Amino acid sequence: MSVSRDTILGIVLLLVLLMLPYAALEAGKPFYVTLATRMAILALAAVGLNIALGLGGLVSFGHAAFFGVGGYAAGILASHAFAGQPLDFGFLSVPGTKTMPVIWLVAIAVGGLLAAAIGAISLRTSGVYFIMITLAFAQMTYYFAVSWPAYGGEDGLSITLRNGFPGVNTLVPINFFLIAWGLLAAALVLFAVLRNSRFGAALQAARQNEVRVATIGIEPYRIRLAAFALSGMVTALAGALYADLNRFVSPSMLSWHMSGELIVLAILGGVGRLAGPVAGAMLFVLFEFLLGGLTERWQFFLGLVLLGVVLFARGGVVGLIAGRPRHD
Amino acid sequence: MTEPVLAVSGLTKTFGALKATANVSLDLKPGEIHALIGPNGAGKSTLIHQIAGTLRPDSGMVRFMGHDITQLGVAGRARLGLGRSFQVSSLAPEFSALRNVMLAVQARQGSSFRFFKPVMRDVSLIEPAMAALERVGLAERAKIPAAELSHGERRQLEIAIALALGSKAFLLDEPMAGMGPDGSRALTAFLDGLRTEAPILLVEHDMDAVFALADRVSVLVYGRIVASGTVEEIRADPEVRRAYLGDAA
Repeated sequence: MSVSRDTILGIVLLLVLLMLPYAALEAGKPFYVTLATRMAILALAAVGLNIALGLGGLVSFGHAAFFGVGGYAAGILASHAFAGQPLDFGFLSVPGTKTMPVIWLVAIAVGGLLAAAIGAISLRTSGVYFIMITLAFAQMTYYFAVSWPAYGGEDGLSITLRNGFPGVNTLVPINFFLIAWGLLAAALVLFAVLRNSRFGAALQAARQNEVRVATIGIEPYRIRLAAFALSGMVTALAGALYADLNRFVSPSMLSWHMSGELIVLAILGGVGRLAGPVAGAMLFVLFEFLLGGLTERWQFFLGLVLLGVVLFARGGVVGLIAGRPRHD
Repeated sequence: MTEPVLAVSGLTKTFGALKATANVSLDLKPGEIHALIGPNGAGKSTLIHQIAGTLRPDSGMVRFMGHDITQLGVAGRARLGLGRSFQVSSLAPEFSALRNVMLAVQARQGSSFRFFKPVMRDVSLIEPAMAALERVGLAERAKIPAAELSHGERRQLEIAIALALGSKAFLLDEPMAGMGPDGSRALTAFLDGLRTEAPILLVEHDMDAVFALADRVSVLVYGRIVASGTVEEIRADPEVRRAYLGDAA
């Protein structure tokens, strides 16, 4: 089996992203390391969305819920560890933690459970109703966070010191970048493997023709629910990293703006393509930085670019460079 | 007498004042082709939908392989071995012909929750799928996306999918529709051999094909079965001639 241009582009973009912070350090501009880290984390979140949106055709307008829940998992565990107070669930009390791998596992578990619950209800609808119901669920988590004073409510929650990773000093920006980049690379491998698997075949077929899939004896609902949960897990992991990047979690991570941003990333890069989220996130952060430096209204210009992509380049950036997807 | 593979009894479905299916009973025995004919609007599609599971009847029962499947969904019926082709081709358009059939093989093996092994290196999927494509004469077009196949080829692909499922009975909804004369003849010959593998309930407008293939013919008019019998009996039935075949037949 030959390697597709999409895959090659994905590898190239990953390498470019990897070199970016080193070039920045070389040029004496350490701030850009943070920018590259932001690219990697947003790309990771969009890889998660790409499982549901790209492979499954599930237009989720509620992925901020998973992103934010991942962020809160990091923030809450860290704040308890910092204060030395265990989390009290009534029947059992769990100590907080400042160890990233543990936080990630919690974020993935909570994100997956939330996605399974939201998906179980939302996936009974389709089309516009699915978009609206996922949005509604995400807004519920947003207002829940706003009205929960224990963890900062509207003001959010600070992470006093970035969480740690065994054997790595995460306070050094380049180290934290490498962690985010490594997880992004792993998520891309997961996406590629998933896409080529039996599960991926059923999921993509259900996007193309639901009736056909049911007629051969596969329940589209179950396949989609599993995909939605997986998607939520990856996006929640990105959320945990995002909280550590900003050392801050707030309800804005859960708001519909965030969901919209993730969809914009995915469309900009190329829906369903391996390299799509990476291309989308790199472009998005670049726009935000370059145009944001020129004008406060940079999102207006981002809107124009998005309009151009939707009208003239349906496959996004990846579609322009690597051509149409091929299923051989 | 052999036990029927598929048995429909007392099926009724109304839409408002319209009785689309009125107390229909029919069965399908091993090794036979049972053709269902009737003028447009007779309720053939509604009946097929109820047998396939996309519509629930108001009353009556559908039994398949000894199971009562009346309350079972589409996917559940397919897993029991009820293979179906559509009046208008229904395929995964972006997938190649081969991948469309591979999906059916995968469904038959009952294993869609496998997340790691790449399907395009999975011989247990590719070989049965290629065999099915070869049987319908589509092997050379295996790599072509379904959307780019000709109309006739898509009909063949639907049959290949039904074959790959290893169905215990076939529900073929106008498989000849839109096919040229050569294609129809080839498909007729193919279906003729297929009946020994699994019986076929055939909905078809092409009377040449029906009369060439059918062991039994049932005629549906206004939701009711007005006649049922061998090709000769149906040809001779005065009511059928009047209602459907016209005096020329």
